[in-house]
Amino acid sequence: MRLYSRVRLLLVLLSLAAALGLPLLTYAPNRLLTGQGIALLDLLQGGSGLRWLVLLPVLPLLLAPWWRPAVLRERLVYLAALWLGAALWWLAGSEATLRAGGEDALARVSFGGGFWLLQLLLLLQLAEALQVLAGGLPRRVLLLLLAQLPLLWLLLSGRLDSLSLLREYHNNQDAFDDALLRHLQLVLFSVLPALLLGGALGVWAYRSARFARLLFPVLNVLQTIPSIALFGLLIGPLAWLGRQLPGLGIAGVGLAPALLALSLYALLPVVRGTLAGLQQVPPAVREAARGMGMTPWQIMLQVETPLALPVFLSGLRITAVQAVGLAAVAALIGAGGFGAIMFQGLSASALDQVLLGVLPVLLLALLVDVAFRLLIARLKGADDHA
Amino acid sequence: MKPARLPAALWLSSGLLLALLYLLPHSAGLFAWLFPEVERPLYTQDSFANLVLAHLLLVLASSLIAVLGGVAAGLLASRPAGREFRPLLDSVLAISQALPPVAVLAIAAPLIGFGEWPALIALVLYGLLPVTQGTLAGLASVPDSVLEVARGLGMGRWRILWQVELPLAAPVLLAGVRTSVVINIGTAAIASTVGARTLGLPIIVGLSGFNTAYVLQGALLVALLAIVADQCFDWLAHRLSPHVGVEH
Repeated sequence: MRLYSRVRLLLVLLSLAAALGLPLLTYAPNRLLTGQGIALLDLLQGGSGLRWLVLLPVLPLLLAPWWRPAVLRERLVYLAALWLGAALWWLAGSEATLRAGGEDALARVSFGGGFWLLQLLLLLQLAEALQVLAGGLPRRVLLLLLAQLPLLWLLLSGRLDSLSLLREYHNNQDAFDDALLRHLQLVLFSVLPALLLGGALGVWAYRSARFARLLFPVLNVLQTIPSIALFGLLIGPLAWLGRQLPGLGIAGVGLAPALLALSLYALLPVVRGTLAGLQQVPPAVREAARGMGMTPWQIMLQVETPLALPVFLSGLRITAVQAVGLAAVAALIGAGGFGAIMFQGLSASALDQVLLGVLPVLLLALLVDVAFRLLIARLKGADDHA
Repeated sequence: MKPARLPAALWLSSGLLLALLYLLPHSAGLFAWLFPEVERPLYTQDSFANLVLAHLLLVLASSLIAVLGGVAAGLLASRPAGREFRPLLDSVLAISQALPPVAVLAIAAPLIGFGEWPALIALVLYGLLPVTQGTLAGLASVPDSVLEVARGLGMGRWRILWQVELPLAAPVLLAGVRTSVVINIGTAAIASTVGARTLGLPIIVGLSGFNTAYVLQGALLVALLAIVADQCFDWLAHRLSPHVGVEH
């Protein structure tokens, strides 16, 4: 047999190591105790004894490294990875129902390291298959989203409800909804002002090199200051301001300092993106527009803005993704959001509560990232396969 | 190569940091005046110098591992033998770019246990990305014509890597290391929430105890430390290449 794909071989070997060497799930008598690991092999023997059947599609993945590259191979790998990802979720859900089912059961079944590692490796298998199967970002994203449909069905049909993570969600549903709203507010109301101010500063920096030389060192220093320190440094001055101007709702901790700090962070990538976008507009295009008798305003709105937009949006993408993560840190100064759930879980050392805070942040960051990438790819036209 | 003179900004920031370290233990009176509502105006559970050392040690250890691993991964994926791994590495980088550092920290802590270890692992994982990206971008920026010439001169593969590719890739690679280290200084501060002893400790203790003076003391030191590190890299970048701009 000839080895065709060392990448696939690496992924398969890592998957086997994760499946056999790390616990897939953990079981604990209650939510605060550290769980005992449950290995995949133990799991397959449980239940009706036929659980191993769901893992049958592992065969294409095991064979793929020695299989001559072809569209058929990639299709089967895609379907197998899709199936196995869902099968792992289903296994976890049914084991949880078995061991910790019932409304008032104290026992908890959570995910072990093996579960997340296997899911990540399956995701990478999907990505590898999509390199061949789908040209262009939109199709790839679509196929990746399609691969998540089985999980959505498992979630909606309640088959995962006995898992500790879902139990935490049902116990904290109100807090979760508030956190979602607050997190979105934090991101939106810090990126929007930064967008307006940063855009203006970027245009100014483009017109005046002297201003740019003054502006960038300041923004660089701001970006260098770690988030937690910037939050801390703003508490004192803002608390003082709040005391001087009562009635405006300014305080040292809470929403105001969080929004201010997040906006300051968002400034540098926006300004940089604006400047870079304007700088890559070819001078000849500008000349031609002037020659056609366009006014400076027309040139800016109809020529420079559309041409600078993709680069500008790349800057905005970094800003927005960064803001989603930084908003989680803002919970330390009482701004709420998913960070609050996460830090509460950390101080109670309840892993599933931590996950309940972290997973939405990750999903949100990935969604924002993909949305911007799609938008940019669309603007750049069909030739972009990045 | 430019002369090894330190720029004013580096002198200023490191001077400020040292002065702050020396003066903070004697500044109880100042903070009592600034924050009259606080009972104990000076953080004394640990000396600030010790916290700075512990912080630096954590960042240095994690950055060292991250640089070795990141450069190795970048080198591997850019050699002919490892080129087929490039799309996989790109997928991993694209996914992890969206991961906020604080999330990595929060997941590592309950799995590994509280203290310095989860902090070290999260810092290493997070530090790897910018270094790998910097290595890949740096190696890609070496013009093919230069490699042709080197090959034409009869240089072996290792000599080309060591004497041509790495020196030419160094500025971009260094920019990756810089991003990695500066982010890690901030993440190390947040690592105090999972029990690591760093400069974040006064901030966390202050935030949970409504002691704004503690928060200010920790925040000033962390901010200055990050700025000093950034300026050091700025100086290094200038020394390595007089042509590469500082703005990035």
